[in-house]
Amino acid sequence: MAHSLKLLKYVASAMVIAFLSACGGSEATEDSPASDDPISYTKKAEEAKGPNKGIGPIKTIELAALNDDLAIEGEALFNKMCTACHKMDARHVGPGLADVTNRRTPEWIMNMILNPDEMTKKDPDAYALIAEYIAPMANQSLTEEQSRAILEYFRKYDSQ
Amino acid sequence: MISLQKLILGIGAVAFLASCGNSGKSSSKMTASTNASAAEQVYVPPGQHDEFYAFMSGGFSGQLTVYGLPSGRLFRRIPVFSQDAERGYGYDEETSPMLMTSEGFVPWDDSHHPELSQTDGVPDGKFIFINGNNTPRIAKIDLTTFETTEIIEIPNSGGNHSSPFTTENSEYVVAGTRFSVPVPQRDMPISEYKGNFKGNLTFISVEKETGDMELAFQILVPGFDYDLAHSGKGKSHGWMFFSSYNTEEAYTKLEATASQNDKDFIAAVNWKLAEQYMAEGKGHEMAASYLNNEMDHHTHSATSTKHDKVMVLHPDECPGLIYYLPTPKSPHGVDVDPTGEYIVGNGKLSSDMSVHSFTKMLAAIEAKDFEKTIEGIPVLTYESVLAGVVERPGLGPLHTEFDGKGYAYTSFFISSEVVKWKLGTWEIVDRIPSYYSIGHLMIPGGDSKKPWGKYLVSLNKITKDRYLPTGPELAHSAQLYDISGDKMKLLLDFPTDGEPHYAQGIPAELIKPNSRRIYKLDENEHPYAAISEDEARVEKSGNEVHVYMTSIRSHFKPDNIEGVEVGDIVYFHVTNLEQDWDTPHGFAMYGANTSEILVMPGATKTMRWEAKRVGVFPFYCTDFCSALHQEMQGYIRVSPKGSSVPLKFWTGEQE
Repeated sequence: MAHSLKLLKYVASAMVIAFLSACGGSEATEDSPASDDPISYTKKAEEAKGPNKGIGPIKTIELAALNDDLAIEGEALFNKMCTACHKMDARHVGPGLADVTNRRTPEWIMNMILNPDEMTKKDPDAYALIAEYIAPMANQSLTEEQSRAILEYFRKYDSQ
Repeated sequence: MISLQKLILGIGAVAFLASCGNSGKSSSKMTASTNASAAEQVYVPPGQHDEFYAFMSGGFSGQLTVYGLPSGRLFRRIPVFSQDAERGYGYDEETSPMLMTSEGFVPWDDSHHPELSQTDGVPDGKFIFINGNNTPRIAKIDLTTFETTEIIEIPNSGGNHSSPFTTENSEYVVAGTRFSVPVPQRDMPISEYKGNFKGNLTFISVEKETGDMELAFQILVPGFDYDLAHSGKGKSHGWMFFSSYNTEEAYTKLEATASQNDKDFIAAVNWKLAEQYMAEGKGHEMAASYLNNEMDHHTHSATSTKHDKVMVLHPDECPGLIYYLPTPKSPHGVDVDPTGEYIVGNGKLSSDMSVHSFTKMLAAIEAKDFEKTIEGIPVLTYESVLAGVVERPGLGPLHTEFDGKGYAYTSFFISSEVVKWKLGTWEIVDRIPSYYSIGHLMIPGGDSKKPWGKYLVSLNKITKDRYLPTGPELAHSAQLYDISGDKMKLLLDFPTDGEPHYAQGIPAELIKPNSRRIYKLDENEHPYAAISEDEARVEKSGNEVHVYMTSIRSHFKPDNIEGVEVGDIVYFHVTNLEQDWDTPHGFAMYGANTSEILVMPGATKTMRWEAKRVGVFPFYCTDFCSALHQEMQGYIRVSPKGSSVPLKFWTGEQE
């Protein structure tokens, strides 16, 4: 019982964070891995400053000027691997993805693509999403390069 | 408490003194501390992995099961020779060709002996082969996917029992006939069996990388019952040994008539010489009809290829190809020790066990130390090839495996025990009861050059009082023994699936890292695949409807279909768009006269469904896939024949 109360608290606080600042949250690095315990993680998250980069293989991404070729490659991948659940301009099985690059950090986006199981368990923003949508974020086994191309497509979409 | 301990000691003593005491009472009761120590040895904590994979044949289930050792946990039941409704094997359009034979669709077999592929005489974890005894076949299972990927039929055979034992580098797997038959098949009196019925020793070549099987050649031999086999190794590499019984060539009431001779034979085949004879053109081309079925992991579909001839070698035209080693009485297992020197004959009706020497066999051949010749096959004299005798080891020896430390372990069916003895001195060093009526036994790698001699598994035919009763039919069982010390120690009982006749074991590390997690959508070449939702569609031509359907958590596309008419044959081709491990989707259709289909991530599977009457019929996903699995459903509308309802399909908004 005590545990489920704690979990409720966690869910509530995670949702509040997600609601108040869509790109807010925490930073998980190799030095401070996210704990399996949501409470201690939330504490860390609260203490942490800076944008939420999510949890996964992508620690930092340096963004350069928009690479159109890469964006075209990303669009094709998105259409093949993601559109069963995502549309750009509307809610579908998962959230609509227009403006996602303004809501999330590039690292968070790529980690959500590459590492959804862990993200939806341990990252408060991702957890809030699965709590809202119930549908799981499918791991489509994309490579880092492929997730980077999809990010580029999102950047291009959001710049237009 | 004291009296209970006394009782236990007493029972133990009885078991030791009279090892054949298969009393039906559970005499394996151990003290609490022994139990605790055994429990510790087999306990694999939650989330941790077993040290070994064990593969056990299913016998009359026709399948192959996969267990972990030392826990005894069942991981998988791999469909091989029998239809499996759970995963649509042999029901869906893609896998049904796997069960085709020259006799048509044969949806069942009796799977007996799993055999791991080997490199340099050691199991390599790439493939596992298993024989179908009834309608003679050999199957190959790919150990990256744990799926049956090839089945080859064996012509000119009736009962493929001494199979599919492998040579040292899996150059070949073999198939010896248990039930000799007229070759070629013809109408003739059964009473003219002797000299007219023939056995066949078939060598199937295995391509090193792909594992592709091809029937290389057959050797036509006298009409005995060829029972089991094992290849030479090390010094005896290049030879294959087959046990035989019914050298009397009896054809009725074999129970009595096939145990008349004091000695039957182990057939020693020089397969390297056979290759040479084949190259020299000594093979006779013979008409024969057999199928070779192969699963392609790009099209996700099996195809059957029909063959119409085999190449046959006749021993009387091929000197040195084959010799008979006399072996008492009706030997079952023929087992070659890790050095390749000793060939153990498990004479199941004999009171002693004869062990032959490979070195002495070569010398006897050189010296032409022949007792007689049968249909061109020299019979070596028993004494000239004998290495030693294990005297009065127990009753009913069936099968021997080795620990790599100089010891052999033999199962005794009648006296229901495992006996440990020393190679070279032939002395018995330990014995332990099995519960009950052990058939085969297995040490991981125990029939190879490098056994991992830590555990021994006995495969028991009878369980009686060992488990909670389940009506007249009881589980067969396995027992796990610790053989790392001087004395064997019983650790665990666990029930098995079907009737395991034989098993193989291998360290998990040789398989685990290669286990496939998904099929890549990019590599899906199924002609009816829809590899993205854009490609999902319905096409109709005449009364044939093809639904190119996708599934992903948690919806089908399309999930509404209209425009199908009574009498239409609808093919649901379901492609699973998931690209993550452990995300299969199932598909079940109301009233289908077949099983569900189960589609692995990235694969395509097809269900055939006939629209029989007007109505709107549901379909759904059967394999729990997400919190919205229960919502993963759809409808197909069936209209009267000639109706004007247009062909339409959609998911979500009508498109």
